[in-house]
Amino acid sequence: MRIVTHQTTLAAILGIAFLAGCGQKGSEQLLLNGAGATFPYPIYSKWSFEYRKVDPTVSINYQSIGSGGGQKSIQDGTVDFGASDGPMSDENLAKAPGKILHIPTVAGADVVTYNLPGNPTLQLDGPAIAGIFLGKITKWNDAAIAAQNPGTRLPGTDIAVVHRSDGSGTTFIFVDYLSSVSKEWERSVGRDTAVKWPVGQGAKGNEGVTEQVKQMPGAIGYVELVYAVQQKLPFASVKNAAGKYVAPSIESVTAALATAKIPEDFRFSMVNAPGEKSYPIAGTTWLLVYQKQSNPVKGKKLVEFLKWAETAGQAMAPPLNYVPLPDDLSKRVLKEIDSITY
Amino acid sequence: MNAAAVSGKTGSRAGLALAAPGKAGDRVFRLLTWLMAMVVLVLLALVGWTLCKGSALSLSKFGWHFFVHSNWDPVNGDYGAFWFIYCTFVSSCLALLIALPLSLGTAVYLTELAPGWVRQPAMSMIEMLAAIPSVVLGVWGIFVLVPWLREGPYPLLVKHFGFLPVLRGPTTGFCILSAAIIIAIMILPIITSIAREVFRAVPDSQREAAFALGATRWEVTRLAVLRYSVRGLFGAAMLGLGRALGETMAVTMVIGNSDKISTFLLAPGNTLASKMAAEYGETPLGLHLSALFELGLMLLLVTVATNILARLLIGAMGARQPTGTGAP
Repeated sequence: MRIVTHQTTLAAILGIAFLAGCGQKGSEQLLLNGAGATFPYPIYSKWSFEYRKVDPTVSINYQSIGSGGGQKSIQDGTVDFGASDGPMSDENLAKAPGKILHIPTVAGADVVTYNLPGNPTLQLDGPAIAGIFLGKITKWNDAAIAAQNPGTRLPGTDIAVVHRSDGSGTTFIFVDYLSSVSKEWERSVGRDTAVKWPVGQGAKGNEGVTEQVKQMPGAIGYVELVYAVQQKLPFASVKNAAGKYVAPSIESVTAALATAKIPEDFRFSMVNAPGEKSYPIAGTTWLLVYQKQSNPVKGKKLVEFLKWAETAGQAMAPPLNYVPLPDDLSKRVLKEIDSITY
Repeated sequence: MNAAAVSGKTGSRAGLALAAPGKAGDRVFRLLTWLMAMVVLVLLALVGWTLCKGSALSLSKFGWHFFVHSNWDPVNGDYGAFWFIYCTFVSSCLALLIALPLSLGTAVYLTELAPGWVRQPAMSMIEMLAAIPSVVLGVWGIFVLVPWLREGPYPLLVKHFGFLPVLRGPTTGFCILSAAIIIAIMILPIITSIAREVFRAVPDSQREAAFALGATRWEVTRLAVLRYSVRGLFGAAMLGLGRALGETMAVTMVIGNSDKISTFLLAPGNTLASKMAAEYGETPLGLHLSALFELGLMLLLVTVATNILARLLIGAMGARQPTGTGAP
């Protein structure tokens, strides 16, 4: 009996190995490896799935190991493309063996969510949000909040701030915004994927922040728009650069993208974008690729995939609550992709 | 001692008799097992080396200041680990303080008082507690323990013991004390099972002698068993501490992950392990990552040292056992 089992196992292993070998030789599969940010993971895996129908010879393997990991992987050349929610620093770009391009793919937004009796829709401006996260505004009925919300009953309870404990692109967008609206924030805290929070407690991931906010009366936190919509969280309308209170939505982030100033290397920030309809706490996410591809076959396929992602792929963004790039930006990005040599 | 020598002799004689046909096989066998044992040592060395290499940047920049200075500011590139060291030790020691009486009580009951049919099932149950994955305990912590502590015990603590400088509110429930409670649950099984082994190693003659002198059950336990086992119990506690120091997942989930210094036990904190676990994934290359590596290096050194100390103590206990001079 035992011998029989062993033989079967052996046969099975050999069989699988044989099949695997056949599969690889049969269809000439080319594997494009990518790694990085977790925020765009749902759309990238959707792209990876859909792209197999477009070009069956290419299979895209994307691992969401975090923006830091994405930057490190592309710098070390262990992947064909990296992905990051924050732009790479000049210092890290200089350390890479070749020129790395930032290819923006989709945009997203952070919402300010809270736990108050009846969960009213609050209106908040930059200074009030910065004040809360700096620990200067500690009660919900503080004049700075009450003045913007006439008719809303605000309790006199303590505000419990919840922030991300892990470094994240979501945090980068949020503190980038706070830095742009509050000089004090910019001076004392600054912008990064992880910062020295003056107040509050940390939770891991959007789900961690959501859970703690839901659980603690008087809590406030920030999560991605995608997540807030899925979880039906209450969120604040935020006063934009034009002085209007705007609720986060795909439309209001699209408006922000359309008015944001975007430099040649695409390492741009779109927080506090001008325009009456722009939602101010928004940002984009990038794929990181070398301009000079060392492997001609892979390089060609990578460029084809990037072009597809910037064109046909964009239509898959809104159903997943990501914001597609506006046409004029897409055109600029496609030109950048054309500059890749292989 | 004599008996051991004799059995050793017979053992080697038997070995000689058997060795003749397959000496080469024995040699291969020895080499193979030696290699396997080496793999473990090499792995430990590799981990240590990687941590040293990874933290070189931080080590050279901050030196010993890293250990006494408390700041974690990725924007300005200034790092110091004092707060994490403090939280690690405070949460672990509190956990030990909670777990030790419970474990000792359980172990005494199971070795000295419990009827035979209770002992084995009860011990199995306790050991099953150790099999609960850390992340599962963490989830339970977030959804059950922390809300309960926040609504019930913590306000009471603040109300009645608020005069103590360490117990001030308000609290969100995600705090150092909650982490300590979770850690206590996790180290209960190991301390209990080692304590039980230590008690079982106490020779029955000790107990019989005490009983013969007319001692009560409590006196027998106190004089003949506990006194005799002090060093072993100390070792058990150290082993528990070693585990507590490195507990990561469940701690990260309930400690509140804050780098803001506070002397309150009801304030959120961050241990060496939880800080690493929380920040590692999204940390870009450079000084920040190097500082995280240095946290890891410290944690490795501290836990290895604690474990070695514990093993030495337990070992010393074992060696002392046959002489039986522990009780007065």
